Amino acid sequence: MSVSYRTPLKRAIGLGSAKHGVHHFVAQRVTAVALALLGIWFVWIALQMLHLDYAGAHALIARPWNALLMVAFAIAVFWHAQLGLQVVIEDYVHATGVAWCAQLTLKFLCFLGAAASVLAVVRITLGH
Amino acid sequence: MPATARPLSPHLSIYRWQIQMVTSILHRATGVALAVGTMLLVAGLLALASGPDAFAQVRQFCASWIGTILLIGWTWALAFHFLNGIRHLLQDAGWGYKPEQFVRNGWISTIGSLAATALLWGFVVWGGA
Repeated sequence: MSVSYRTPLKRAIGLGSAKHGVHHFVAQRVTAVALALLGIWFVWIALQMLHLDYAGAHALIARPWNALLMVAFAIAVFWHAQLGLQVVIEDYVHATGVAWCAQLTLKFLCFLGAAASVLAVVRITLGH
Repeated sequence: MPATARPLSPHLSIYRWQIQMVTSILHRATGVALAVGTMLLVAGLLALASGPDAFAQVRQFCASWIGTILLIGWTWALAFHFLNGIRHLLQDAGWGYKPEQFVRNGWISTIGSLAATALLWGFVVWGGA
């Protein structure tokens, strides 16, 4: 093996949590605060849905404030889920290839979930 | 897992069960369960966007016995993750680290989540018009 003249610090800088860890930590907590607030609103909406027929439920989500908050809720939910499940995969999946596939699949699914929710709310609120 | 024969740190089976580990494990488990539950959220929104027939199907699933069991489970998972998440945020701010506070707050999350679930489903079954 050739001798490396780089210091341990030089090799560590820019890698792993030294670069990205705090962003993950902060994003998880920012989305958590958002979801703590939006979650209460969501439960209230879900309870209202109980006694509504299709037209009523459609009209409920089509209201500007509800449509806006539902978009915010969907984005925050899938962002937070991606961050959390990423750590679960990091903790339990140790084979590199499988871990990469799982992380990619997770990111794609979370993005699709958020995008589908937003598109659905747009269609509901613009009427069809 | 590396195949070296290094000694492993003590794992779950070696510890006495206590509320600290229960809340930690449940927070992760309910998080995973809620992530799966978001599929129903997406299905509901897409159904609402596509028409009465699709919406009726989602509603039928929710009213079925398996749908009801899942919804009760997700209600509890949401309640627990919500309460325990607030506990975590307060701890991130530096509060509640004395052992007796830690244990008390763990029990508040756990019992509070069960109470909130009972309250919400009591309202679903008996409350409202």
